[in-house]
Amino acid sequence: MTISRKDIEKVAVLARIRVDDQQVSALEKDLGNILDLVDQLSAADTDSVEPMAHPLNAVQRLRPDEVTESNQREAFQAIAPATENGLYLVPRVIE
Amino acid sequence: MHNKSVAELSRELESGKISSVELTREYLGRLRKEDEQLNSFISITEDQALADARAADEQRAAGKATPWTGVPFAHKDIFCTNGVATTCGSKMLANFVPPYDATVTSNFRNAGAVCLGKTNMDEFAMGSSTESSYFGATTNPWGLSRGEKRVPGGSSGGSAAAVAARLVPAATATDTGGSIRQPAALCGVTGLKPTYGRVSRYGMIAFASSLDQGGTMARTAEDNALMLNVMAGFDPKDSTSIDREVPDYTATLDEPLKGLKIGLPKEYFTGNLSAAMEEQVRGAIREYEKLGATVKEVSLPHADLAIAAYYVIAPAEASANLSRFDGARYGYRCKDPKDLLDMYTRTRAEGFGEEVKRRILVGTYALSAGYFDAYYLKAQKVRRLIQQDFINAFKEVDVLMSPTTPSPAFVQGEKTSDPVTMYLEDVFTIAINLAGIPAMSVPAGFVDGLPVGLQIIGDYFSEARLLNAAHQFQQVTDWHQREPQ
Amino acid sequence: MQWDIVIGLEIHVQLATRTKIFSGSSTAYGAEPNTQANAVDLAMPGTLPVPNEQAFRYAVMFGLAVNAEIERRSVFERKNYFYPDLPKGYQTTQLERPIVGPGYVDIDLANGETKRVRIHHAHLEEDAGKSLHEDFHGMTGIDLNRAGTPLIEVVTEPDMTNADEAVAFAKKLHGIVTSLGICDGDMSQGSMRFDVNISLKPKGSETLGTRTETKNLNSFRFMEQAIAHEVERQMDILEDGGTIVQETRLYNGDRDESRSMRTKEEANDYRYFPCPDLLPVEIDDAFIDEARNSLPELPDARKARFMDQYGLNDYDAGLLAGDSKLAAFFEAAAERGKDAKLASNWVQGEFSARLNAEEKSVAQSPITGAQLGDLVVRIADNTISSAGAKKVFEALWSGENDNVDAIIDAKGLKQVSDTGELEKMVDEVLASMPDQVAQYQQESDPKKQKKMLGGFMGPLMKASKGQGNPKLFNEILVRKLGG
Repeated sequence: MTISRKDIEKVAVLARIRVDDQQVSALEKDLGNILDLVDQLSAADTDSVEPMAHPLNAVQRLRPDEVTESNQREAFQAIAPATENGLYLVPRVIE
Repeated sequence: MHNKSVAELSRELESGKISSVELTREYLGRLRKEDEQLNSFISITEDQALADARAADEQRAAGKATPWTGVPFAHKDIFCTNGVATTCGSKMLANFVPPYDATVTSNFRNAGAVCLGKTNMDEFAMGSSTESSYFGATTNPWGLSRGEKRVPGGSSGGSAAAVAARLVPAATATDTGGSIRQPAALCGVTGLKPTYGRVSRYGMIAFASSLDQGGTMARTAEDNALMLNVMAGFDPKDSTSIDREVPDYTATLDEPLKGLKIGLPKEYFTGNLSAAMEEQVRGAIREYEKLGATVKEVSLPHADLAIAAYYVIAPAEASANLSRFDGARYGYRCKDPKDLLDMYTRTRAEGFGEEVKRRILVGTYALSAGYFDAYYLKAQKVRRLIQQDFINAFKEVDVLMSPTTPSPAFVQGEKTSDPVTMYLEDVFTIAINLAGIPAMSVPAGFVDGLPVGLQIIGDYFSEARLLNAAHQFQQVTDWHQREPQ
Repeated sequence: MQWDIVIGLEIHVQLATRTKIFSGSSTAYGAEPNTQANAVDLAMPGTLPVPNEQAFRYAVMFGLAVNAEIERRSVFERKNYFYPDLPKGYQTTQLERPIVGPGYVDIDLANGETKRVRIHHAHLEEDAGKSLHEDFHGMTGIDLNRAGTPLIEVVTEPDMTNADEAVAFAKKLHGIVTSLGICDGDMSQGSMRFDVNISLKPKGSETLGTRTETKNLNSFRFMEQAIAHEVERQMDILEDGGTIVQETRLYNGDRDESRSMRTKEEANDYRYFPCPDLLPVEIDDAFIDEARNSLPELPDARKARFMDQYGLNDYDAGLLAGDSKLAAFFEAAAERGKDAKLASNWVQGEFSARLNAEEKSVAQSPITGAQLGDLVVRIADNTISSAGAKKVFEALWSGENDNVDAIIDAKGLKQVSDTGELEKMVDEVLASMPDQVAQYQQESDPKKQKKMLGGFMGPLMKASKGQGNPKLFNEILVRKLGG
């Protein structure tokens, strides 16, 4: 399956990665090759095969509803790009 | 001293022949000098290491030593280390100093081991050559004497190169599609990828959650066993870790291999493999026969679909796992973003390298509307077929053996231009992650002066048997003791 | 043209667990920003989710309360989108196998009928943090304390046909979750948030029209207004020959306006897939039985009991039983006051009016049900008049004094009920109003007579300085005039 420039631009938006025209061209080739590799899957007969999401056939453990965490805001915000009054700062959403 | 194994160093520390501080100084000195050529470390934590060594000596003096107390080692820079930069080989996390430890990290800390630093890796563990690191490529110590700059494999290439070059006796590593075994093979060291869920993933920066598994790398199987004794175990912080008893992996190393049933998957001995490589691997298998094992051919009918399934599932999971790197709370943020969207798109365009971006885009595509069934769901179904192949094989044999890689270490730059060529490096290792079973790579010979790895694959939770098989092999061979010049 | 209105609801219910759905951080409301956002909540690299058992217990209790099937093996998916209040870049939610399957809730309509609203499913998911758009030098501030708070999202079938039904359903659901104790029900703090899906179709038509979704309504009043507003907007468009765009809209309750947030074309491709950090959750019979045994009395059962035990009518019982806190308040007042109907009148009248006027919840009421019960006792035994009772209520509410009898004494509100004294006053007043007495006595219509009695009450209350028991005055008047 080939992937179009438009597809690449669309997934780049979904993935929030800026790509310029030149990169789109390179990606068109590279992603195309990867998808060619992946297309081998279509040869497999998977009728009546259950999808496998996890290697082990285990079930989820549940945790008791007890507070185990304490306030570590200072430690976490020491490594943040921008904070003020305990809040993380990010640029405004421009609609 | 630097040629000694973890087991030997542990005994010397215990006997009082040497202190941890002396040992740590010696390793740090060697590391500083030798790593200029290799670039196997992203950071060397000298002060912390010496402080830990002093503490270890005190522990030992107080009679509270474990086998690891005072023994130097290194962590792959994918394991979070409280107060020490954890970069995952990425610009995105170049300045990231986590205020918490990975479970694996605290396990080694609690055992008294002395971490010398963090080893280099492919960015976010995505690669097979350790060339995609933001901190520069790592060079394989093999071939250097001939003036060749070869890759150490990846993504745990820093750990493999460092262990091969005797910069550390052991290093942690992770394996999502071969990232322990392939570099272990290319650098001539011994590495183990445990069963999925055997080692906690908490604090190990995720690439593909259902495939990632932390593991061990050292020169001997015995040292791998000592590492796994510290690393394995249930972790309440990791929902996918398995609550199952951890044996002493060193206890069964000496068991004889007589009657061991070895299966050779015929699909792993075909076209991709050079005659010279095959000869080395077959030679190793003959050693096992001498040790009393029996050998038969088996089939993994869906083997040729493993890479295709993997390159849907791993990028799909990665595309979501790496969404948290958005410039908002930690890590890299682009300069002067003009609005939120600009911050996201430039932070991620500038902070991630090319291969990481390619995989995020492939994964995003595979999950997007209209493609989900054809790619993601299909790959998950094929994954079950691949798992079933192994389950069937282990009804006939105890372990499977194959080459770890189709060829020995290649020259840097040789495969960077075409991602797919690079992906094919993992042709023999990748199915193991899809199934979630354990596997090792053990040094098994040389081709053109470059190490060759034998892959030993086991059934779920058969780590003890794999280590036993590797250890017995290492009692009758010395491939693992060869030192690069 | 006549239109049918089709309404479906999606309700986010914040679960009253102590900790978050995937981490051991506290969920207490109102903490300093980001002091309850820890490594997992902040999506720090390498951190992993571990689900909270209580969230599942609450979800199962909810499922049982709405007559739903419980999914024995539920799965979490990742819903991928970028927003600064969503630290992981995906929301962990349930899509294919939600914990609560199809169920239903019966609602009481104004005409006395009962209507069944079907529940499509309810799933567990994590809440997002909060974006604060006040001025931080043109930046947005992010508080992630709320990130990871457990929610169940309840999705109904499009079974409601007007705002009244939708509001009745919403109130019923509010009553259920607060009675279960799985949600504090505090809508002003966002503990319950409603999204309304609305479409119109020509009367009797089988084909559904294009729907819009109005998001994040956090009061019943706004919900009612938003529905009216959206129905009118769609009707205007359709009657002008236009077409409805499938979109998400935001309603501004203060201005009674709405605007488009995004259209379907702009809709995100959420790329749902099973979360590989979590395993399937298996719920066994023992877990369900335990949840079933812990179910408290629910609004429907309580309503029946109120009718039976307190002799309330259907309407009053339904209203009081619908909200667990209001019900508890009423029961305290009725038990203490020994007069359930009077207690019911006061709870629904003065008490509810004051709560509404001050936008307070029952929990925030300055008076207790027992205090209101004390007041009811004094009304019932004629110690105070209803005018006096209002004064006592006022004093209780304002916190002037918390003892009903003390207030009555301090304010001199005790009625004169000594019949001898009252008879004397009546005699004096009748003697001073001979014309009116004559008029009364000549009147043959008892209805008109009754009305004329009022003319004597004013002077009587004046003579007694407002403290004469009006009921006794009335009795004496009738006797003397009719005599």
